Parts: sequence; structure tokens; C-alpha cells
Amino acid sequence: MTLPIEGNLTLVLAVVFGSIFGMLLQRGRVANYDVIINQFCFRDFTVLRVMLTAIVVGGIGVYALHQFGLAQYHIKPANMLAVVSGAALFGVGIVLYGYCPGTGIAAVGTGSIHALVGFVGMLFGGIIYALSFSWIETNILAIASFGKIRLPAITAISDPYWLGALLILAVILFRFLDRTKLFEE
Amino acid sequence: MSNSRFMRSYIVGAAIGILSWVVYVVVNAPIGITTALSEVAGAAAVPLIGTEAVAANPYWAKTIPAWDYGTLFLVGTFVGALLSSISEKTFKWEFVPATWKDRFGDKVAPRFFAAFIGGAFVMFGARLAGGCTSGHGISGSLQLAVSSWTFFLVMFVTGILTARIFYSTSSKSTKEDL
Repeated sequence: MTLPIEGNLTLVLAVVFGSIFGMLLQRGRVANYDVIINQFCFRDFTVLRVMLTAIVVGGIGVYALHQFGLAQYHIKPANMLAVVSGAALFGVGIVLYGYCPGTGIAAVGTGSIHALVGFVGMLFGGIIYALSFSWIETNILAIASFGKIRLPAITAISDPYWLGALLILAVILFRFLDRTKLFEE
Repeated sequence: MSNSRFMRSYIVGAAIGILSWVVYVVVNAPIGITTALSEVAGAAAVPLIGTEAVAANPYWAKTIPAWDYGTLFLVGTFVGALLSSISEKTFKWEFVPATWKDRFGDKVAPRFFAAFIGGAFVMFGARLAGGCTSGHGISGSLQLAVSSWTFFLVMFVTGILTARIFYSTSSKSTKEDL
């Protein structure tokens, strides 16, 4: 059997991997409105702990796999006007909705009816985006567009140093958060 | 006592990181949600604007609505959380969450309205940026993508500012419920 797997088996694996992801979001307490809102209010750092740990562990492993030719990178293009304005809207939306797309879908599975209402809102937002795509493509996506660039390429600091720095930063931050009483967790 | 609660976040975070190793190698697809969700939006648009209008749309032409790897991953995310919450005995119908109730009261309509508008912002923003908390925030950041780290930082800044506006006088009584 050669990797990556292709064909119909990937459809079964999609459900398996998705289920593991949904289970992890639920058990990690991030499919929870209060936990996400309290992150943005600096009262609960669960979201940052989960995300930063996933980035560091995932980043080191995927870099190693990439070095051995077992994994390919999938870099999203740095269309900077679109990324910045999209992220800005996303930040407003995540606090109103109380979930991001993945945790929202997981939250529906835990019985959250308002997450389901927001899911319909997400479909509405997706339809509006698709209908305005032609205009956005020429007037926003094309502005300040630098292609599929990575931090090592634009900084002359190589991958191991970036990942090492992230690891050290995460450990220092987590030790501080676990011990401090500042945020009354 | 409190340490074990933090430990769970680190274990789950590490497990998501390891899951990303597996999906990169086995199916060569980073973990992501909103690319597939825009396919679902395309399917939802069919009764509204018609099959031909969806097929002719230049955006949906790139992500044709179908039961493919991405949309089945979404189904899995729902099913996984459902089974997980049932087995943990924490599944419960929630109309108005505690933090919202503390700040805005227990009326359902305002919460549903905010969830709908917020959901629309989240999805429009994610499509404009090219990804969400999963595709950019985790999968993109772990690949050290410039676009993804930009997304991560900007999203947190506007999220914090929005929380300042909406939750500035919120009580802290909800923490015991968590």
C-alpha cells in the first residue's frame, strides 16, 4: 500500500479522522461557548493551550515528516489584504457566535442549539461570499498578494530555529499561565 | 487539582498535533473545516438560487458541493463530538449558555440572533482569509505559513476588542460551572 492513500478509502478515513477531531475538541472543552468567550476575556486559557500545543507538536512532526519526504506542505497564499480583513471579521464573528467553524460543528454534537443556529448563519455567510466572489477576487484577493510564502523564507531564519523558538515560547507561557493567579482561572 | 485541568488541554493539543501528522502522511490533506463548509453552503444555496446558478458560480466551480473527503470530515467532527459527549454524560440541550445569560439575560431570541450574525461573519471572514481556526490557526501555523500566523494574530486582536465591547461588565460567576 502506498501513501498517501487515494480513492474511496479516503472517504471512510474522512469520517474516522473527523470523528477523532470532534472527540478531541469535545474532550478538550473547546466545543464550549463559555470556554471560548472566556479566552477572549482572558479568564480561561484553554483555547490558547490547546492551539499552541497542537501547533508546536504538529509543527515539529510535520517538519520531520517533510524532511523525510513523507509529508507535503499545503501553504495558503499570503493575500495580505484578504487575510487581514478576513481575520478581522472572523475575530468579531467568533465572539458573537462563540465558536469557530470546527468547534461550532462539534458543539452541535454536544447539544448546543444556538451553535446550530450559528451553523445556519455560517452557511448564509458562505453563500454571500460565493455570490460576491468575482468582485472580491479582483478587488481584494489580488491586493498585496505575495503567494504561498513561509516564515523561514522571508526571515532567513530556518525551520528548526522557528520551531525551537515556538517550543520555548510555549513552555515559558504555559508555566506562567499555570502558576499565575492574575487571570483567576 | 487545577493542574490536572490544565494537563487535559495540553494532552488534547498534543493529540491534535499528532492527528495532523497522521492526516498529512495518510491522506495528504491538512485538517480544515471551512473549505468543505463552503461546499455545504453551495448545496444549501441550490433551493434558493437554483442548481444552474450554483454550478455557474465561479467560487463553487472550484469547490463543487459533493460528499467528498472534506464534507465527510465535517460529518465526522459532529459525530465524534456527539459520541464523546454522550459517553462522558455531558450531552445537554443548550439554548442560552451561562456566560451569555450572565451578561444579556436568558431570552433565547437575542442569543440566536447573535449566533446567526456571528456565524455569518465567521464564515465570510474565513473564506476571505482562506481558512479558519483549523485550516489557518492550527494546520497553517504549524507549517509556519505567513498567511496563517497573520490570521491567528489579527483574529485574536479583533476578538479581544469585540469581547471588551460585549463582555466588559460581565460577572465572573460562570467559572464555577465549567
